[in-house]
Amino acid sequence: MALLEVDNLDVRFPLRHGEIQAVRDLSFTLERGERLGIVGESGAGKSVLGFSLVNLLAAPGRIIGGSIRFEGRELIGLPEHRWRHLRGRRIAMIFQDPRATLNPVLTIGAQMIETVRAHRRLGGRSARAMVLRTLEQVRIDDPESRLAQYPHELSGGLCQRVVIAIALLLDPDIIVADEPTTSLDVTIQADIVNLLLTLCQQRSISLILISHDLGVVNQLTHRLMIMYAGAIVEQGPTRQLLNDPQHPYTQALINALPEMTPPRQPLQQLPGAMPSLSAVPTGCAFHPRCPYRLDALGQPRQVCIDTPPDFTDVADTQVACHVVRELIATTQDSMPFDEETT
Amino acid sequence: MSREDALAGFGRSADQVTPLLDVRHLHHRFMLPDRRRLCRRGRRLQALDDVTLTLQRGDALCVVGESGSGKSTLARAIMGLLAVREGEIRYDGERIDQLSARRRLPYRRRMQMIFQDPHASLNPRLTLRQTLEEPLHVHFPTWSRSDVTARARSLMQDVGLNPDWGERYAHELSGGQRQRVAIARALSVDPEFIVADEPVSALDLSVQAQVLNLLLATQVERRLTYLFITHDLAVVEHFATRVAVMYRGTLCEVADADTLFATPRHPYTQALLESRPRFDDAHAARHGLRGEPMADSAVRHGCVFRDRCPYAMTRCERETPVAHTLTDGRRIACHAVEEARI
Repeated sequence: MALLEVDNLDVRFPLRHGEIQAVRDLSFTLERGERLGIVGESGAGKSVLGFSLVNLLAAPGRIIGGSIRFEGRELIGLPEHRWRHLRGRRIAMIFQDPRATLNPVLTIGAQMIETVRAHRRLGGRSARAMVLRTLEQVRIDDPESRLAQYPHELSGGLCQRVVIAIALLLDPDIIVADEPTTSLDVTIQADIVNLLLTLCQQRSISLILISHDLGVVNQLTHRLMIMYAGAIVEQGPTRQLLNDPQHPYTQALINALPEMTPPRQPLQQLPGAMPSLSAVPTGCAFHPRCPYRLDALGQPRQVCIDTPPDFTDVADTQVACHVVRELIATTQDSMPFDEETT
Repeated sequence: MSREDALAGFGRSADQVTPLLDVRHLHHRFMLPDRRRLCRRGRRLQALDDVTLTLQRGDALCVVGESGSGKSTLARAIMGLLAVREGEIRYDGERIDQLSARRRLPYRRRMQMIFQDPHASLNPRLTLRQTLEEPLHVHFPTWSRSDVTARARSLMQDVGLNPDWGERYAHELSGGQRQRVAIARALSVDPEFIVADEPVSALDLSVQAQVLNLLLATQVERRLTYLFITHDLAVVEHFATRVAVMYRGTLCEVADADTLFATPRHPYTQALLESRPRFDDAHAARHGLRGEPMADSAVRHGCVFRDRCPYAMTRCERETPVAHTLTDGRRIACHAVEEARI
């Protein structure tokens, strides 16, 4: 049994002018100690997925279908008082902007000790000792004096370390990290990534890393899911997926990186933009932008417009694409999507 | 085309060329408020410290550095959005830093700026047509109304926007489309020089490629000179012909892009390049920089990078390094390089 199992999750935001389908029929599993990356552009539904996993969806967002099981227990529909035992202690979350996460009117010490004492029956002194130990583990120098400081007195990198320390305080099984390094400078970012990696390895914490940065994801994760318009289009081992992407969207995403084109040459751009989640295209959500939407005769592929694609296995990755499936079926060859098909 | 041909195209020979932009010994300090006493001035923050920089026509100079390194302050000083008290800024041979608003006007046409956040830099109460026409009314008051409208339409076409969207408001557009409007607005008055402050940082990967391509293509078509501020080294490597690296208000190293990426010499440049996340190397080791930039009060003398520098010696504490030019044309401010220790 996997540590976390998500099946056919559906999250919607009913609004006055229509419904937003933020997560559509999404399934994945997470093993103990596994680090999973979720990559997509803004508006792909990655953060909503992250919030659903810790039951922090903002109204009017609602999980309307599917199941989330943690150690076999169903989490959907769990009452809030049960969630209070789970969230923070078993499943912790790190948000993008550390300054917005920390309470500006409480000292670092006050908010960390509060967290400990909300979950553990500890006296002030032992809670404080526990906080100091954790601050040392995230390599904060002079933790004693940090306890008395307010978030605004710390730099962005230090704030993010404090947030990571709070997530680690209660020794969680899973950390859901939503863009943990996006607001940091690149030199600090490298340091935080190394820190997260070491801590997860040492304590065999499972990590769900939500990011748009393929470099960070490559460094931190074993497995990768690519999201587009609320659904997974491709998932597989990180290394393999980045080196040999199968889905046309993943290919376009990687090809658009400046590193993939010689300096001062036009980048390979993907026309258009992510569709609004209130008007997701029929069939394959990517079909209006897909370079393979026309067949060899220049006719639109009807199947891409009509039917949402199922996953096809290609080596260790799963790809949701009709064109890939057809190619596999016709060639019987495990080399789908060669340049010749273009 | 050789460099001489390129210069001849601008009507001057190589030996008497005036740099398009010539910044000399620019300093800028911000006075921070006192934490405890409302009406008293607190500490000073040295945002720019003896910055000297030249730009030739046709250059795409990228300024990199972490947040707080003075990149944006430099851009704002050049554009006259900040009063310059110490130092000189020459544009095409003329001092522009002390001009009155009226004398400055022609330079405002020749120099334009694109800001980071297109949500904040476009007036929400103007339609796209009004946004694009306003600068034309200011700088070309003799143009007829139909000329202005025609120009606005052709600009929208140039940047890949539907010219029939003139009556739309900024909030109706996506981030990428908004940044196109900001680019069209900058191009509307036919400038020679564009300062772009993080123009693609707020954009998604696939949209970033579209906007970078647009900026590159317009540079070639309109023979523009760019000063491009960014923290994304992949973008720098792709876009820049020259690179300036800033740290704590000082210029560490200025060099041709090829030279800088092939052989970074300044210890900070080296750290910056090493800390880049790579998506093509699996789990490539990334070395971040330990620690944070030192407190401002500590920097009275000496090198601002010394506390994080692996090559720091006592001389770095006592003496501020002065930029010197190496044989390969790069300007660098580092004692260790000067003493041939790096």
